Amino acid sequence: MIIRLLLALALLPGLTAPAAAQGAAPAPSPEIATAIAEVASSDAAVQEAAAVALGKTGDRKVLPLLEALREGSVYVRPLPGGKKETVIVGDKVNEGEKTLVPLFTAYGREPILGPDGKPLLVEVGKLEEVSTGRSLRIAIRPLIDAFSGQSQLTDPDWTVRQAAAVKMGNAGDAGALPALTEALAKEKDRWVRYALEEAVALIQLKSGSEVERTRAAGTLGSLGSQDAIDRLRDVARDSASSDQLRGAAGDAVKRIERWALLTQTMQILFQGLSLSSILLLMALGLAIVFGLMGVINMAHGELMALGAYTTYVTQTWFQDHAAGSIEYYFVVSLPLAFLVSGTAGFALERGVIRFLYGRPLETLLLTWGVSLMIQQGLRLWFGAANVDVLSPKWLSGGIPVMIGVVLPYNRLFIIGLATAAVAAMYFLLFRTDAGLRVRAVTQNRGMAACLGVRSRRVDALTFALGAGLAGLAGCALTQIGNVGPELGQNYIVDSFMVVVTGGVGKLLGTILAAVGIGGLNKIIEPGLGAVFGKVGILVLVILFIQRRPSGLFAAKGRYADS
Amino acid sequence: MQDLSRRNFLKTTAAVGLGAAAGIGFPAVLRAQGAGTVKVGVLHSLSGTMAISEVSLRDVCMMAFEEINAKGGVMGKKIEPVVVDPASNWDLFAEKAKQLLLQDKVAVTFGCWTSVSRKSVLPVFENNEGLLFYPVQYEGEECSKAVFYTGATPNQQLIPAAEYLMSKEGGGYKKFYLLGTDYVFPRTANKILRAFLVAKGVPADSIAEEYTPFNHQDYQTIVGKIKRFASGGSAAVLSTINGDSNVPFYKEFANQGLRSENAPIMAFSVAEDELRGMDTSALVGHLAAWNYYQVVDTPQNKKFVQAFKAYAKKNNLPGGDKRVTDDPMEAAYFGVYVWKQAAEKAKSFEVDAVRKAVYGQTFLAPGGQIKMDEANHHTYKPVLIGEILKDGQFKVVSRSKGLVKAEPWSKYTSPDKGCDWVKEKGTYQKKA
Repeated sequence: MIIRLLLALALLPGLTAPAAAQGAAPAPSPEIATAIAEVASSDAAVQEAAAVALGKTGDRKVLPLLEALREGSVYVRPLPGGKKETVIVGDKVNEGEKTLVPLFTAYGREPILGPDGKPLLVEVGKLEEVSTGRSLRIAIRPLIDAFSGQSQLTDPDWTVRQAAAVKMGNAGDAGALPALTEALAKEKDRWVRYALEEAVALIQLKSGSEVERTRAAGTLGSLGSQDAIDRLRDVARDSASSDQLRGAAGDAVKRIERWALLTQTMQILFQGLSLSSILLLMALGLAIVFGLMGVINMAHGELMALGAYTTYVTQTWFQDHAAGSIEYYFVVSLPLAFLVSGTAGFALERGVIRFLYGRPLETLLLTWGVSLMIQQGLRLWFGAANVDVLSPKWLSGGIPVMIGVVLPYNRLFIIGLATAAVAAMYFLLFRTDAGLRVRAVTQNRGMAACLGVRSRRVDALTFALGAGLAGLAGCALTQIGNVGPELGQNYIVDSFMVVVTGGVGKLLGTILAAVGIGGLNKIIEPGLGAVFGKVGILVLVILFIQRRPSGLFAAKGRYADS
Repeated sequence: MQDLSRRNFLKTTAAVGLGAAAGIGFPAVLRAQGAGTVKVGVLHSLSGTMAISEVSLRDVCMMAFEEINAKGGVMGKKIEPVVVDPASNWDLFAEKAKQLLLQDKVAVTFGCWTSVSRKSVLPVFENNEGLLFYPVQYEGEECSKAVFYTGATPNQQLIPAAEYLMSKEGGGYKKFYLLGTDYVFPRTANKILRAFLVAKGVPADSIAEEYTPFNHQDYQTIVGKIKRFASGGSAAVLSTINGDSNVPFYKEFANQGLRSENAPIMAFSVAEDELRGMDTSALVGHLAAWNYYQVVDTPQNKKFVQAFKAYAKKNNLPGGDKRVTDDPMEAAYFGVYVWKQAAEKAKSFEVDAVRKAVYGQTFLAPGGQIKMDEANHHTYKPVLIGEILKDGQFKVVSRSKGLVKAEPWSKYTSPDKGCDWVKEKGTYQKKA
């Protein structure tokens, strides 16, 4: 008797807990409850009708169910007493032989709790899967879109709100109009407001009255709306509409085209600037090593790869030890990449290159060999596959500066970094004693040594500096490209191209060459395409070098003779 | 000390030399007599640019051999793999293939990834009675007697993907931007896609086509173009961009404010193994078309995935148990088993007998039942459209009804051609 009582007591929470959990969530209206039950029907027509009915309710709590239906994660759970309940299942968990799933309520997707107050885990085999046919999935898609669009309009992330507005505008569904105007009244962000206004105008243009359409065409024109241009062209051509509307549409098209030209020019300018900054960052280290010291360093690319892998290692360390501040790993990895590559460069100079000064061909072969060794070393250590370097949030996305022009943060960052690196180099070389010694050694080694400059030491440090800059570039490039053992190979040709075009030994030449090559590339690429754009640039560089074999700025005086 | 006579010295050096040569160059001579084993070749690049993709195929083939050997081998003979490294060098592919066939006398070879490498070994296999299992989706327009294609043809990947995007469920897209790396697969793929789209009534000015060099990094201009092209919201990108360039492309795409809701990218060359080395945040929500994903929910796939992870861990492969499986790996894996079944059916390792036995062979592959075609050397496969998730895996959003028959000659670009090795001699002209 007592045992039974205890058992009953033990079971009691098990019986009451789920009920309590469900009691906490607001109960669905009777219509929704019926529809939820019918969605699990084995008759496809009943299912579809129920899904559409759910969609029509506009109740946001049915959205998870629709989404789950589309994914096929809706199941039916037998309840005690022969009743059945439609539930959503979560991600599968393997526990030994059994596959368990957590359960969620169909209405609102609240976790269903077990007797112990923890989410209930049930064996998949004990549930009945609700089959979702292709036609049901097709029927559900627009329902979900309508819902998600509306809920996205209140998302905290402005890019999500903006994308939702653009999508609703393009879909042109008049039913979305109230939600859009409501959002517009609340919206504070300039760019989302723009997208909302555009969406409203687009919908009005599609399904409004004649007056509304004319006004919408005007609005779209003054917004410079790229999204509207095709539709406006159609309206302008459509002989069924009034002359006034057609005229308004035609004017709007012209305004948008003018605006598009401006945005395109802006974009090309920025793209050129961005590519130039990348080229400059890659070439800066080489300009020091090759330009000032005359060492043809074929391992320059691999020193960049070292910097990139340093970034990766830093990131992994942060993931393992300081996951909370992972967003800032990149700030730490920048100086680290500089140090690691710089040290490697120092070792390279002390270890081998110093024995080969004045023998450019041997140096070339040697550094090429070193580059292969570093490459294979990276491959052995990290694997042949690329590694995954995350972009911190503050380097993802972009800032819109005008309608149709978004400047990505990672590119802005690299422009800033390149500028800072160049400024630091100038300061170092022309405003400090150390820089003076470097220039002295590169101009006349013998004389500098006679005057007490420790030229060997200067050599090593200059090389290390160049290598460190390569590491810095490698670190920055993880934000726009891949990190893999072959990373260096992809950049080495461009780096040499910039340094040689700029004129060996001249920092200013390197800068101008980077800007010139980057800018030209972006100007000719839209017309010729990426493949021929690259070919075109190479041809131009060859022609230029033929005319001026020593680059933009030829070195003069004694240095040129040596 | 006396032993160190000139004759003895010569003998030993010769023996050592022979031994070394046997190990490096002529293992066939010595080991072929060792009975009990059957030699198979593995011809995948283990170094160079393609190593990133092909190493995984080597790994999965080796795993299949190990599994088969553990169960007693093929007709009682243990598989003895001969692994060579063509180092992503197309000429070396032909050379190594010749070595496998003439020196090692392998019964079958599993290998190649890029179309150009396959084209370079094709004459070698055809002229030397070789047999190659090729596991990667490719552009079609080929029908070789010496090759079994376990990857997809265009109609098993490209066309269903475009159809999906045009369908109501896929979003009803009307404009298509065909973007690819500049080599044979994207060029041919886009030719077929364009022909298909035109046949479906998409006007020519709603199709854009663009190529970038290998390892292209700067996608600013192209994304800018896509942005203008996609304005209006009914455009999708069909991407045949090769592995390495994908990260910069997707990153730029996201950073310039384009999202998968408004302009989805359907990728034909991005699978789980490539996603392993990518920051996937920019890719989430975009699509891919394959015949297999690691998430495919079948019991045999669960075993396959677990076995591969365990294999990678056991053998200390880079990545260890974080390794993933993907479409070409699955195709490489079941290729080994199809060959085994065929050899057992033919009761022989003779290339010609095995070849005939492969026809119509079925196998319960990790992704589901597959079937080798009765005549055209390709494979019946299911087609799955997947959406990229944050963890670098896919969510299957659309699945073909049953298996799709492979059409090596696309009916959109070469309607008059067919491929048949039973009634015809390979590629033939269809009668009008």
